[in-house]
Amino acid sequence: MTARVLLIEDEPNISEAIRFILSRDGCDVTTLADGHAAVAAVRAEKPDLVILDLMLPGLSGLEILNQLRADPATETLPVMMLTAKGQGRDREAAERAGANHFMTKPFSNDDMRAAVRSLTKG
Amino acid sequence: MPFNILVLSCLAYVIFLFLVAWAAERRADRGRLGWLQSPLIYTLSLSIYCTAWTFYGAVGYAARSGLEFLTIYLGPTIVFIGWWWILRKLVRIGRQQRVTSIADLISSRFGKSNLLGVIVTIIAVVAATPYIALQLQSVTLSFSVFASPTDDGFSPPGTEATAIWVAGGLALFTILFGTRNLDAKEQHHGIVTAIAVEAVVKLVALIAVGIFVVWVMADGPADMIARIDASDIADWNLQPGRWAGLLFAAGAAVICLPRMFQVMVVENADERHLATASWAFPLYLFAMSLFIVPIAVMGLERLPSNANPDMFVLTLPLAEGQGTLAMLAFLGGFSSATSMVIVESIALATMVSNHIVMPVWLRLRPSRAVSGDVRRLVLLSRRISIGVVLGLGYAYYRLSGGSTALAAIGLIAFVGVAQFLPAMVFGIFWRGATRIGAALGMTVGFLVWAYTLFLPSFGPDAVIPAMVFAEGPFGIGWLRPRALFGVATMDPLLHALFWSMTLNTVAFLTGSLLTFPGPVERMQGAAFVRVFDTTSDSPRGWERGLAEPEDLLVMSQRIMGDEDALTFFETEAKGQGKAGYLPDPTPDFMARLERRLAGSVGAATAHAMMSQLAGRATVTVEDLMAVASESAQIMEYSARLESQQEELTRTARALREANEKLMQLSIQKDAFLSQISHELRTPMTSIRAFSEILTEGDLPPEMVANYGRIIQDEAKRLTRLLDDLLDLSVLENGTVQLNLGLSNLSQMIDRALASASHTKPERSFTIDRDLPMENIFIRTDADRLVQVFINLISNARKYCDAQYPELRISVRQKGGRVTIDFIDNGSGIPKESQALIFEKFARLTDQTRAGGAGLGLAICREVMANLGGTITYLPGQGGAAFRVAVPLRLERKAA
Repeated sequence: MTARVLLIEDEPNISEAIRFILSRDGCDVTTLADGHAAVAAVRAEKPDLVILDLMLPGLSGLEILNQLRADPATETLPVMMLTAKGQGRDREAAERAGANHFMTKPFSNDDMRAAVRSLTKG
Repeated sequence: MPFNILVLSCLAYVIFLFLVAWAAERRADRGRLGWLQSPLIYTLSLSIYCTAWTFYGAVGYAARSGLEFLTIYLGPTIVFIGWWWILRKLVRIGRQQRVTSIADLISSRFGKSNLLGVIVTIIAVVAATPYIALQLQSVTLSFSVFASPTDDGFSPPGTEATAIWVAGGLALFTILFGTRNLDAKEQHHGIVTAIAVEAVVKLVALIAVGIFVVWVMADGPADMIARIDASDIADWNLQPGRWAGLLFAAGAAVICLPRMFQVMVVENADERHLATASWAFPLYLFAMSLFIVPIAVMGLERLPSNANPDMFVLTLPLAEGQGTLAMLAFLGGFSSATSMVIVESIALATMVSNHIVMPVWLRLRPSRAVSGDVRRLVLLSRRISIGVVLGLGYAYYRLSGGSTALAAIGLIAFVGVAQFLPAMVFGIFWRGATRIGAALGMTVGFLVWAYTLFLPSFGPDAVIPAMVFAEGPFGIGWLRPRALFGVATMDPLLHALFWSMTLNTVAFLTGSLLTFPGPVERMQGAAFVRVFDTTSDSPRGWERGLAEPEDLLVMSQRIMGDEDALTFFETEAKGQGKAGYLPDPTPDFMARLERRLAGSVGAATAHAMMSQLAGRATVTVEDLMAVASESAQIMEYSARLESQQEELTRTARALREANEKLMQLSIQKDAFLSQISHELRTPMTSIRAFSEILTEGDLPPEMVANYGRIIQDEAKRLTRLLDDLLDLSVLENGTVQLNLGLSNLSQMIDRALASASHTKPERSFTIDRDLPMENIFIRTDADRLVQVFINLISNARKYCDAQYPELRISVRQKGGRVTIDFIDNGSGIPKESQALIFEKFARLTDQTRAGGAGLGLAICREVMANLGGTITYLPGQGGAAFRVAVPLRLERKAA
């Protein structure tokens, strides 16, 4: 069964790169660039995994995560956070908010694939 | 003398005066005031007291009534020598309150009441109109005496034609130099200098005629004294009552005449000049009066008995065949008349425009907000008022037929303006004087004056029927105009003076004692009465935070002009320790702004405008209660406390702001590092991901090309960011290398527009430029300056949200600096963000990913600092507005 991934990322080139890598690895990837529409999109799509950028226009990644965790339907949904800031503080905040995995940009494609596989395994 | 030569001489003289006034204005414009502001010029300008009436009329007066004419000179002398502390107080108040006219002074003293301004203006216009007519009459009379019909049958044009030419010419001169600009304080250096020159001309002319009479026509002083003894003039026919009355009237007039107030208070540049004038002006009057009696005696002796004594100064030299001397005398009289008319009409026009036209306009205009160019309106209303004042003078001249003896009209005017005296003198010495009292006193005095002196002067049956003179109105005997309350034995002038001043003062005192001054009145009263008391602060009329600084700025720009207003606001903001153009609306600032505006549009109007913006149309009942319940001492004490507390608050605020700034800097530094990290990692992520994809192989060629191009683009983005950071760091450390050279501003803007337009070509954009102004050469680093322009133009293209975006680029050169304003028609930058935009990574909304990393304006700021200039955000211009200021010639810093 193919894993369905929802990618929320505002930089079009990064979004394209991740979409390509994961599609080749057998995932079904939907992309979204805007923070406001994110929560509604998750509810509608019901993906197996959400990849969430921390700095988004509109609503920040952290706020989106908080909203997802507050909703029983998405409480346990696997979420991977992406950030370009790379500060320890951001990682801690993301983990406290309930992120399942945290990845710093730039990343190696292998790490990305491995993380997605382990998060969508179950 | 042929009429043509006479006209030519007059024209030449007027052109000379034009040049003098023009040269003085030029000097003043360049800030080189120097001798233009000397005590000598000030004293000479006071000599407009000596009008054509004193020049020609004093001799006539002496010929008719003996030594009584001396009162006209003695009155002012007594005031200047004995009462100069009153004058000093008036001048000090005038300077501190930026008073623009006598109407403004009285209105300002009594709580900025415009009713009083209107009353004073009306009285002044009514009293001055015959006086102006008198000047026109004396000029036309001297013309007709001088320009005898020539042999070839040419006769000079009628006197009406002369009068209208003179009136028109004077109106033109006055409008040209009297309303050139709307200065903060109504000072006219050109006119004052021209008047000083005229003062010298009339003194020299009168003394020359006098010397001719004493040493040429008579055989020196001894012979002259013998002739005087033989004539009737020497009979010392002293009437103590009439003398005292005339002394009083002349003394009051020198303070109250609108034109005297104009030169003495409004045009005063330095209070110390008054000390010089207190002896020099009486000396001038003495010199003017020295030869009056000899000329009168000689005229009565030599000239035919039907000759007009008012023209002796002119007809004596003419009869003796002294053409040149007569010409000089003629120019002296011409000078006396013109200088009086010019200053009087400026003073009256200021009053009419500030107290009648502006308030009416304020009330009539449709919206509450201040709109339109008030400056232009004020100037226009002044110009029209000057025309109207001179038109009234001319009309009076035509209607009165020009027959009355000169002295009579002058004295009528003196008594008329003396009605201001109680309100003015009590106003500056007695805090209990009230608006109602002043209005009552002046109205009663004015009516009595009009009824007993002014209207009867037209003669029986002209305005008042002869029957009323004989039996009183409706047969009420004690209301006869010449015998009020049955006092029939008095001289008519003295009768009018006595009753008008007595009733005026009684009404004033009664009104003041029966009414209670309002809060603004009390504050103004304290400020006027205690003007020398430096410890008491200026009156506090404004509460904190009632008006928006931006609204005040918009209003001030309309009245003071853009540049002056911005400079004033910037200085005020700096004084409060704030950057930018918007100071806090503290009571002090509001009071200073109000005084500044009052200099342009008058106190009452300025107060009304500020009140509208501060959201209170009138004084509230609470204000009144608060003031009524406190004694004046408590009020002043609390004012002092308040000022101390305000000082403390200001210090605390400065500390708090400094602290906040430091905190912000620390947060900003963290944020900056985190931002840099983000901005660097983002392109790196794409580059790494795609290059790994490419190395993994197995791709169709078009995807290889596509991904290769993404890698390239992101690498470029990375380079650009690093360049910007490097640039910023170099600029911030001041280690930047500048390539200084002369470049044309217009070409620099061309370059900037060209390179900004191919960055984002998606929208059509109107650019409004001022090419002639741009055509200047600036010594600077052209590439750096163009870099700043490109940034501002691209920002406008990216962020201007108007439907039809427009960018106006305007250039102004002042002193050694050039300012270039970039103003678009979008919604501008919100006030709370204005302070942030020049910070690094301060892109205002993350919604618009416009490409840059948010370093543009920070770089601009650093570039401008390196170019010895500034870049600032201009609030209140409609859209987003940036001002770039550079020195015209940047010199290399000594390393």
